[in-house]
Amino acid sequence: MLDKFGIAQRIARELKDGMYVNLGIGIPTLVANYVPQGMTIILQSENGLLGMGPFPYEGDEDPDTINAGKQTITTLPGSSIFDSAMSFGMIRAGKVDLTVLGAMEVADNGDIANWKVPGKMVKGMGGAMDLVASAKNIIVAMQHCDKAGNSKLLKKCSLPITGLGCVKKVVSDLGVFDVTPEGFKLLERAPGISVDEIKAKTEGRLIVEGEIPEMKIN
Amino acid sequence: MNKLVNNAEEAIHGIEDNMTLMLGGFGLCGIPENCISALVKKGTKSLTCISNNAGVDDFGIGLMLQKKQVKKMISSYVGENAEFERQLLSGELEVELIPQGTLATRCMAAGYGMPAIFTPAGVGTEVAEGKETRVFNGKTYLMEYAFDADFAIVKAWKGDSMGNLVFRSTSRNFNPLMAMAGKITIAEVEELVPVGSLDPDHVHTPGIYVHRIFEGKGYEKRIEQRTVRKKE
Repeated sequence: MLDKFGIAQRIARELKDGMYVNLGIGIPTLVANYVPQGMTIILQSENGLLGMGPFPYEGDEDPDTINAGKQTITTLPGSSIFDSAMSFGMIRAGKVDLTVLGAMEVADNGDIANWKVPGKMVKGMGGAMDLVASAKNIIVAMQHCDKAGNSKLLKKCSLPITGLGCVKKVVSDLGVFDVTPEGFKLLERAPGISVDEIKAKTEGRLIVEGEIPEMKIN
Repeated sequence: MNKLVNNAEEAIHGIEDNMTLMLGGFGLCGIPENCISALVKKGTKSLTCISNNAGVDDFGIGLMLQKKQVKKMISSYVGENAEFERQLLSGELEVELIPQGTLATRCMAAGYGMPAIFTPAGVGTEVAEGKETRVFNGKTYLMEYAFDADFAIVKAWKGDSMGNLVFRSTSRNFNPLMAMAGKITIAEVEELVPVGSLDPDHVHTPGIYVHRIFEGKGYEKRIEQRTVRKKE
């Protein structure tokens, strides 16, 4: 089974040199820590920054320089700053190559729910609906099951939808899945996880073809 | 031409109960601190506020919420505010949540003189309920209207008495968009500079969009999430 760092590490293997990438809050943010040496990835922060750098050194915090999670961050040589309309313009126009975000539920047709739990305080969708409606490639980082053990990879989302048919790939603590017209196609198992366990914990349609390799993360 | 006013109190002249305001900023970054304080002092009520966020309990728009001055918030994300939550659950406050890109682009449309935009954000979700859709090249889009705000209040880094504005780093966010979108736009700046000292090539908001401008004072620039790394 993967912990959150393992999920981030596995997603980092999807990165390619020169990609413009938007990382959501939570596990997706951790992906930035595993960019392979020698590879240039430009991180987009939807509040208006391309080329997001690491957190500032203590004492160097700049209240004018934050990311979409409102954390103090830094810019890098080659960074650029723009307003929020241009930020979502580049997202909508498909210029951002990859979006990684978390989810409460994903359906086997690629629907995603990640913004609202009825009956609980609703904080808002932020930029999630814009991102999922437009991104060329969306990878979801998530726990496979909720705390009660119920599958979060479903036939149909039960929570309010964030976007329809948009998720391309899921990396959970149990495995890696492509979202295909036929359902979740199992590509890799997490270390120590069997195909049977994945079958038992996946409510949505699951495709298992041939031997499923255990994933390699270094 | 006389856009220059002395302070926030003068700048907010004419903002009355039941008006619609746009307030720039993302979280607490780039918010018009001086004008918010002046509005709290003035006590204007039943305001509709268009702003990406609603501040925190004791800063930003949160200060206006404490004084129950806000009737309706139009925002994309309103976490981190207990008083907000209380007023929402008790029905004192109305909230319209809209996708962040839609919020930004509805401001932009107003400033560009376009009545509406088409966006895929929210298609198939509750955001789309009751809205007109159109299909372009096989993809469905929602029609969203340009905002109509009585006043836009923005914060810039530098500005001159002609209303030209320059923003700094990610405190730019919604500010230039809202600056373009208000019937009357108020800009508070950290530094008022002499006309001619801003390079025309580097002006972010041309002065035509700005009606009132003043140099603010005592900026707190509170940090919402202080994240740092240790020096190695």
